[in-house]
Amino acid sequence: MGQVLVVTSGKGGVGKTTSAAALGAALAESGQNVVIIDFDVGLRNLDLVMGAERRVVFDLINVIQGQAKLPQALIRDKRQERLYLLPASQTRDKDALTERGVARVIDDLRATFDWVICDSPAGIERGAILAMQHADIAAIVTNPEISSVRDSDRIIGLLDAKTEKAKKGQQVVKHLLVARYDESRASSGDMLQIEDIVEILSIPLLGIIPESEQVLRASNLGSPITICNPESAPGRAYFSAAKRLNGEVIPITIPRERNRLFGRLLGGRAA
Amino acid sequence: MASNCTRFRLVGRSYVLFVLMPEPPLAVWLGELDVWARRSHGFFDRRPVLLDLSKLPLSKPELAALIADLKARNIPVVAVEGVDSQLLDFTLPPLIHGGRPGGESDADTVAGPAETQDRPCEPTSLLLDKPVRSGQSIVFTNGDVTVLGSISSGAEVIAGGSIHIYGTLRGRALAGVSGNADARIFCAKFDAELVAIDGLYATANDTTSYLCGRPVQAWRDQDSLQMREIVSSARRRV
Repeated sequence: MGQVLVVTSGKGGVGKTTSAAALGAALAESGQNVVIIDFDVGLRNLDLVMGAERRVVFDLINVIQGQAKLPQALIRDKRQERLYLLPASQTRDKDALTERGVARVIDDLRATFDWVICDSPAGIERGAILAMQHADIAAIVTNPEISSVRDSDRIIGLLDAKTEKAKKGQQVVKHLLVARYDESRASSGDMLQIEDIVEILSIPLLGIIPESEQVLRASNLGSPITICNPESAPGRAYFSAAKRLNGEVIPITIPRERNRLFGRLLGGRAA
Repeated sequence: MASNCTRFRLVGRSYVLFVLMPEPPLAVWLGELDVWARRSHGFFDRRPVLLDLSKLPLSKPELAALIADLKARNIPVVAVEGVDSQLLDFTLPPLIHGGRPGGESDADTVAGPAETQDRPCEPTSLLLDKPVRSGQSIVFTNGDVTVLGSISSGAEVIAGGSIHIYGTLRGRALAGVSGNADARIFCAKFDAELVAIDGLYATANDTTSYLCGRPVQAWRDQDSLQMREIVSSARRRV
């Protein structure tokens, strides 16, 4: 039986889809079978971030409504053979997702994959609730600024109240993934410090992803950063986060870009 | 801050109202009310009651008659809910809306005392061993609330008695809402959006920034809300 991981945040634009793709690819690199489901019906992005937008024939809604079989809708990544994508529909809205349909799809996927990653839409409405419904583990993506932290807090409350686990009196295992972290701005006080975020949200840290132009480059290339640039600082941060998801205990560090000694000497850190 | 007695002031205040919700047929419902009132003699004495008519559509004369019927039973109706505003004039109690159920609260509330009847012994305190997250509202009008974690920004705890917070108070804490002016609020670290005791409140803007991040207690002294850092005896001795 595979594990269901929801990547969620409440707030939009914090890096949910990027993180879902990067973590999925990193877990697949470690030899596990991974499928990522895009729950953002009507505003799908995961297909673009994974470079599969020209290969979508059937989607999650087609499977739920019985117009396609699950294997027909799954898209296998061209670079990483253990990584699959189940795209959302771009032409429908979130009402097309039914609770029973989602439950059936997740049960089927859980039986064949080691990891089922649900890429949640922003907000706290139906789509986000359905994405978290069956989760065993949650990665809450937060940026180091107060509105993102408060929205994450709200989402944690919902994970404790509205998921299947919560209804059974159990708990979803919750992890904090801080994305777009800029060390120099945090130390100058422009951004929240990691300790403050952890103190406010009081859940364990899964990783700190440094802000980097490499992430934007990777999405424009249509490739998860852990595939196209695994040695970059964010790439290494996602690999460590994936290891922690697999239960490895490794100390949390903030990876820095390599080969940038000159930049640092010339005042890059003071910027 | 010296307060001038002659100054006009508007003060917000929360009360717990009992709600009567008559159901058709009205005669049967009134009969049941009488049976119940006979068993709990004097229950409605000096207790304001709200009349919720969402289950019983009435015309204006019928409504006036019902209110007179209740008055004859010594049940004072202070407000009406769930009717068309045009139905009410100055001779009838005012229309009210936006009430929140006492003893239970909205959907994603973690805990709260729902049952108030048929319990041999009602709990008089509520312990929350998890943080109160943004968007959650904990309502406990029976007594004190103790929070082991923090109350997040955008979360609220509403208690009939005092509120004790062992973490950081970042959201709202409203103590003594059932009319208990002796209720207090204690927190290990103060960073509140709003604190209130028995309807008297202060927002973050009103409180001195000196208190921020410190252990604080808030209490009510006559008509003013007081806040002070809690200095532990251990520290005082040093």
